[in-house]
Amino acid sequence: MRVMVLVKATKDSEAGLMPSTELLEAMGKFNEELVKAGIMLAGDGLKPSSRGKRVAFDGPARTVIDGPFAETHELVAGFWIWDVKDMDEAVEWVRRCPNPMPGPSEIEIRPLYEMADFAEALTPELADLHDRTRQQSAGR
Amino acid sequence: MTEARHAIETVFRIERVRLIGSLARLVRDLDQAEELAQDALVAALAEWPERGIPERPGAWLLATARRRAIDGFRRRRMLARRHAEIGWDLRLAGEAGPEGIEAALDDDLGDERLGLIFAACHPLLPPEARVALTLRLIGGLTVDEIARAFLATEAAIAQRIVRAKRLLGRAGIRYEVPRGAEREERLPSVLEVIYLIFNESYAASAGEDLIRPALCAEARRLGRILSGLLPDEPEVCGLLALMELQASRLAARTAPDGAPVPLTEQNRARWDRLLIRRGLAALERAEALGGADGPYALQAALAACHARAARAEETDWRRIAALYDRLRESMPSPVVELNRAIAHSMAFGPEAGLALLEGIERTPALRAYAPLRAAKGDFLFRAGRLAEARIWFDEAADLSRNAREKAFLRKRAADCCG
Repeated sequence: MRVMVLVKATKDSEAGLMPSTELLEAMGKFNEELVKAGIMLAGDGLKPSSRGKRVAFDGPARTVIDGPFAETHELVAGFWIWDVKDMDEAVEWVRRCPNPMPGPSEIEIRPLYEMADFAEALTPELADLHDRTRQQSAGR
Repeated sequence: MTEARHAIETVFRIERVRLIGSLARLVRDLDQAEELAQDALVAALAEWPERGIPERPGAWLLATARRRAIDGFRRRRMLARRHAEIGWDLRLAGEAGPEGIEAALDDDLGDERLGLIFAACHPLLPPEARVALTLRLIGGLTVDEIARAFLATEAAIAQRIVRAKRLLGRAGIRYEVPRGAEREERLPSVLEVIYLIFNESYAASAGEDLIRPALCAEARRLGRILSGLLPDEPEVCGLLALMELQASRLAARTAPDGAPVPLTEQNRARWDRLLIRRGLAALERAEALGGADGPYALQAALAACHARAARAEETDWRRIAALYDRLRESMPSPVVELNRAIAHSMAFGPEAGLALLEGIERTPALRAYAPLRAAKGDFLFRAGRLAEARIWFDEAADLSRNAREKAFLRKRAADCCG
């Protein structure tokens, strides 16, 4: 199964404080372990929300909002995508992660939807739509 | 309490391969290594719930297992001494006593996981034994799971694993990572095992058994582990690229009713972009390492041509034809020849395909091969030679053992009369 591992933002990450050499080194080692364990699919760090934008939706209306955004602990400072056997394995690997921030911080693990999750939701109508799309693309 | 047990078992699952790899180096016996690892788990289950999980649980497990191994050696050595007094051979105690163990650990033998992978895939084992042992030892699959995946009985798989372990034991395998020429010689066997596991799951039709997707995931995990441990081997990158690219189409290759969807008709929006990106990156790495002409890298390059095409019509068939020209050099096989003919027909027209078929259609391996006849039917059809095409489609349908494919070929034959 795939999980997204979200490193939550803190005041420090939002301030654009760069990680220390020690942390970079520890994180590098941790990433290497993830690769050698065969679970790492992707991952990156995010710049502070002051560099980000949001698009708010309300019916047909779209409003663009510039960062920074206030609710720091709800923001994301980095992510990984891992391929693990189950949530327990993901939790154990996160336990081994060096604290990504100078102060207290939090990492959240969220499973991704998989093919099998949609199999149950795939109604006959949807299946039919899928078939028609397929025929159209085949007939092009 | 059960929650603690759960957490400990997860730690053990993560550390298992490393632990067994290290222990196998000490005791040179897989059964004993597995037993010692299991003993360490039992010790952890007794101690950790009260003291908490140690900071470096892997090191704790290994230290515990090693202590037991050394105790075992001492016991056996004392026993051997007593036996020696009554005329038994002292050598029974083995060449590696406790001192040997310490020395062995200081040597640079390469990653212990890698040593175990190379042992499980040792060329002296028959291929099906390598597959079973790799899934059991490295993948941690149960004998029952392996049996279900390969439609074999549990007893047969268990027997295969027992025999494989015995063979490795008798050969005195050291569970080290082979280097230089020896690595070059043994790496293809490792790659072959992983690709066999991948194909076993990928080639089967979906929904047959839940174990199949698990097997496919396991093969890719093995490929990723291997490329993490051997990042500079071009064919390791090539194999990983091939598996990631092929797996990127998993969601699109079967219709909701279970029917297979041919590559050119797949809904490409359902292809997994993350896997494509990873596959292309691994392929780039294989090529950068000078491995562009390796059989796995070439097959990955073929898969990449499809992955790069946003629509089937945008497929670069000339490049595919050129890649098949190279693949037949590094991996000669009748099926590659057939695929090469198909690629040439797509790139240069049906006559080009027909010309290439002429050279191979009498190959014994292809004479009764339905896809060859279907391809010839298709080339003739596209060349406007409908009466001839019909004969070949019908013959292909007669030869096909797959009901869906049979029906499809009959329909194509009927279309020739339209």
